[in-house]
Amino acid sequence: MRFDYDTSYRDGQALLRYGSGRAAYAVLALLLLAAPWALGKYYVGEMTYLFIMCIGSLGLMVLKGYTGQVSLGHSAFLALGAYAHAWMLGKGLPFALSIPMAMGFTALIGLVIGLPAIRVSGLYLAMVTLAFAILTEHVIGHWDAVTGGFNGMSVANPVVFGFDLSGLRPFYYLCLGLLTLVLLGLVNLMRSQTGRAFRGVRDSEAAAYGLGIWVSGYKVLAFVISAGVSGLAGALLAHHVRFLTPEGFGLFLALELVLMVTIGGLGSLRGAIFGAVLIGMLPVFISRIKPMLPEQVSKQFGLEIFVFGLILVLFVLFEPKGINGRWIKLKTFFQTFPLYRKDLFKRGKTYMKSERYK
Amino acid sequence: MTMFSVRNLSLRFGGVQAIADLSFEVAQGEVFAIIGPNGAGKTSVLNVITRVFDPSAGSVHFEGRDITQLARHRVVNAGIARTFQNIELFEGGTVLENLLLGRHRFGHGNFFAQWLWTPGVRAAEAASQAAVEQVIELLDLAPHRKSPVAGLPYGVRKVVELARALAARPRLLLLDEPSSGLNPEETRDLAFWIDDIQNDLGVTVIMVEHDMSLVSEAADRVLCMNLGQRLALGTPAEVQSNPAVIAAYLGA
Repeated sequence: MRFDYDTSYRDGQALLRYGSGRAAYAVLALLLLAAPWALGKYYVGEMTYLFIMCIGSLGLMVLKGYTGQVSLGHSAFLALGAYAHAWMLGKGLPFALSIPMAMGFTALIGLVIGLPAIRVSGLYLAMVTLAFAILTEHVIGHWDAVTGGFNGMSVANPVVFGFDLSGLRPFYYLCLGLLTLVLLGLVNLMRSQTGRAFRGVRDSEAAAYGLGIWVSGYKVLAFVISAGVSGLAGALLAHHVRFLTPEGFGLFLALELVLMVTIGGLGSLRGAIFGAVLIGMLPVFISRIKPMLPEQVSKQFGLEIFVFGLILVLFVLFEPKGINGRWIKLKTFFQTFPLYRKDLFKRGKTYMKSERYK
Repeated sequence: MTMFSVRNLSLRFGGVQAIADLSFEVAQGEVFAIIGPNGAGKTSVLNVITRVFDPSAGSVHFEGRDITQLARHRVVNAGIARTFQNIELFEGGTVLENLLLGRHRFGHGNFFAQWLWTPGVRAAEAASQAAVEQVIELLDLAPHRKSPVAGLPYGVRKVVELARALAARPRLLLLDEPSSGLNPEETRDLAFWIDDIQNDLGVTVIMVEHDMSLVSEAADRVLCMNLGQRLALGTPAEVQSNPAVIAAYLGA
């Protein structure tokens, strides 16, 4: 068993406090750096895709997991980031400038959507964002002059300071590097005042107002950050798919993102990564086991969607805190061995939950 | 010296007159209790002060300043913190995180500094932790410091909420039924803490309360309300023996 023994207030601030944690992350970093040389081409591409999905999932996690605002329209932010980036590259802007500008553009759209959207919450917010996603898909499909419409739009290679990074391995490292930067930035934000305020807004708006948290301001800020990060994921996705069509950013992508954050575990960045990896790998996994299934099952249309739905239902029933919740329980089991109790994480009854203050 | 005053306050929801032409003054360093039967408008008074509701008429003054039109999230910056009748904690966090949110108004670096986790942000976070530890010590919360609030017993949750309000360093503290749901032992602790808050921290307290033993023990003056109006105002003994108050409570 291990107890945190703080001798200064800074002790608790370290991200990786113990040697074991540092060693685990060092091993993970080495594995990820070595992977492109050990794996086949197909899997390097798939891992790159996973990194991009991780960024997208982190973007939605800020909004849904930390401020509790549901969005069924995050595919639109990815689409806007992808198209803005591809368009700017097409106009001859360098990659290093186009990426932040695409992020800024989607963040601005996030602000424009966020300002009216925060007036509603729950199911109504889901409807507003869903409408936004459908609208965006239609505008992209019909604005031929800029987006190429349903014929699609090709994406120029990523060239950073004269180096062409479109190769399989260079692009893998580019995505890994950007994911690391996004993750570290969000970790910092979420452990400081902004992240605390987000969680405060999520858990009790009445108390948040009472403690001086500008609730609507933070809600819009979450929209802006979330949209900006999603825009980055979209821009990278543009290079991954190399050819953009509106259908690539349909509602299925939005649903996948929602699944990632929900199954991963709401309110944790680690959960966003877990969820993105699981959901991102699922299509590959399903195509692998398909030959082993009886023909009546494997030939069915929509097997993937069925499996997605099944996983979501199972998680909601048996582990509402997602993979991250399971991970924390596992860790606690080993850290407190042999004192772990089965109901250690059972929540105490909440008495008199008030609905009066909004 | 008058620190806080409510002048001719009225609050109307459609046909319901929640507060009717209410006026009172609270002196610096006083513990001021508001009592009254259910539906008397006690909590509505606190909600008007903290800007949850806009009053229909009248004004609220604090330290010589009219705070009737203040934005809701700026009330705490003026120096007023509150607790809620039905606990409003941040359920996803630990006790420490809840108390740190109480320090929100003091600022912990700008957005970009937080993003980069600069040394300045780290120092501000450590300073806030140090400040929060003082509150933890005052209210004996040390054993629960790192526990998730969702799993704590009701009485402790109530104390955590009080601690969070104190972490905001208010000069005026509004308590909405601080003893509801507490056992007699916890209520007695609360009376001592209110005493500490008044004498050691120099915080003025306005509390809405039903428990008359706590009111007579802790409060300097009592306002009794009924149907949104002022029924009686005075020391706990005076108000308790007031015939109008007895009539309102017993319906005689």
